[in-house]
Amino acid sequence: MPARKLEENVFKALMVASTILILSTLAVILVTVAVKGLPAMSLSMVTQTPKGGFYLGKEGGILNAILGSLYLAGGATAIAIGVSLLVVLYLNVYAGPHSRLASFTRFSFDVLWGVPSIVYGAFGFTIMIYLGLRTSLLGGIIAVALLILPMMSRAMDEVIRMVPKELFDASYSLGATRLETAFKVIARQALPGIITAVLIALGRGIGDAASVIFTAGFSDSIPYSLLRPAATLPLAIFFQLGTPIPEVRERAYASALILTLIVLAISLGARMMTRRFTKHTVK
Amino acid sequence: MNFQTHISVRNLNVFYSGQQALKDVSVDIPDKKITAIIGPSGCGKTTLLRSFNRLVDSMDGVRVTGEVLLDGENIFDPKTEVTSVRKKMGLLSQRPYPLPMSIYDNVAYGPRIHGTRNKRELDRIVERYLKQSSLWEEVKDRLNSPASGLSVGQQQRLCLARGLAVEPEIILGDEPTSALDPKSSQRIEQRFMELKERYTIVIVTHILRQATRLADYVLFLYLGELVEHGPAEQVLQSPRERLTREYVQGTIS
Repeated sequence: MPARKLEENVFKALMVASTILILSTLAVILVTVAVKGLPAMSLSMVTQTPKGGFYLGKEGGILNAILGSLYLAGGATAIAIGVSLLVVLYLNVYAGPHSRLASFTRFSFDVLWGVPSIVYGAFGFTIMIYLGLRTSLLGGIIAVALLILPMMSRAMDEVIRMVPKELFDASYSLGATRLETAFKVIARQALPGIITAVLIALGRGIGDAASVIFTAGFSDSIPYSLLRPAATLPLAIFFQLGTPIPEVRERAYASALILTLIVLAISLGARMMTRRFTKHTVK
Repeated sequence: MNFQTHISVRNLNVFYSGQQALKDVSVDIPDKKITAIIGPSGCGKTTLLRSFNRLVDSMDGVRVTGEVLLDGENIFDPKTEVTSVRKKMGLLSQRPYPLPMSIYDNVAYGPRIHGTRNKRELDRIVERYLKQSSLWEEVKDRLNSPASGLSVGQQQRLCLARGLAVEPEIILGDEPTSALDPKSSQRIEQRFMELKERYTIVIVTHILRQATRLADYVLFLYLGELVEHGPAEQVLQSPRERLTREYVQGTIS
């Protein structure tokens, strides 16, 4: 076989193998979580709070952590959307996408993106002490908002930078202000990408354990106040897996299954919403 | 040719990214006529057009000296409200860019941002200007579908309707037919011929025959300088300047 043909085949084989590796990793994770988690799965897992011992609970469920995670990720995402959208619209519509400020801000976000989540946890904890907050749902929301802000902003920035310049001109030439152009035209054109950015960040936020360990704490009860500690799914899994009691460890897989399903639902939701909102975008 | 002046350009210089795109341009654009700006690529045609509605502002590192007087008011005066200048002009770009919304909302966008809220009033505006741009019959049953679903030719007519809906005095066209098929181009040209009764029209074109068909007045730019301007017949048929003659005959391009 000629060398070039051989080269072609070897690299093609490597590419196919890598693709299979990725896909099978996903499959193995899903299957493991499902196989190990399903036996411990029951209706009470998702409808009750833990019973029979402080957050190890052989009985009851993890409703406290499910709700805690949803509230926390929801709150953090809401804050992050507000801040990210304002930042990226400012950079792209007011400061100019090629301005020095925009480049510097993008670089800063890239650095922040690389900061490990435990650091956000520690940083969030410092802010909480400064504000006089105790371990609480609010503290967790702040830490997770900080964690997901860089990735959300960068993802939004990428999609808004893709908006053709002519679309800005079209709106300006009708006498629109920058603000009107930003919210009525640019944000709308970039909406599918913005939604994807939001949901990716939400998925990341809901699954992070390190940032909430000091800030949100843990609690056996359903979260009822922003100022009280709240349970989260990643920490529930962590604590359940760490016990010597086999029944509780099994329940950790059920919790993991629930978390995986929530993240999966978010991703699928992202896909469907993206498709729905591309209806109006201009190619 | 006797005419009233609508836009008056006085010693206009535009610099950006270290280059001078327009060099000391002074010219009067006639009222309710079609003026064509011709010249080779990169000669500053588009920059001149974009100076009229101050879209040059959005270019990076741009500097402008001189004046553009619109109804006697310098649009580059810091006190001039740029949105009110732009409201007086509709722009058609090389490729149509409908806004990411429905056909109806595209036309209603301008009137809405300028304060028209009444639904019946908006309905009337949308119908009127879609008719003026001869798109109404094709879209009246699907006003709420996305504008991006229209053909390129229809999109350009939609952009015309959108521009007319803010009730401008001037229509600016930056090679408005360059992305269109011959049939669609022809329709846009027909609209221009009708619209010049009521509007001042300025188009940039690199198609000499289009300039011959449409223009009453012609500006010839070369490397940022206004080489020659005058009534279309004179500039296109018997140019005074050597450069213009060479361009019109196709020796330079």
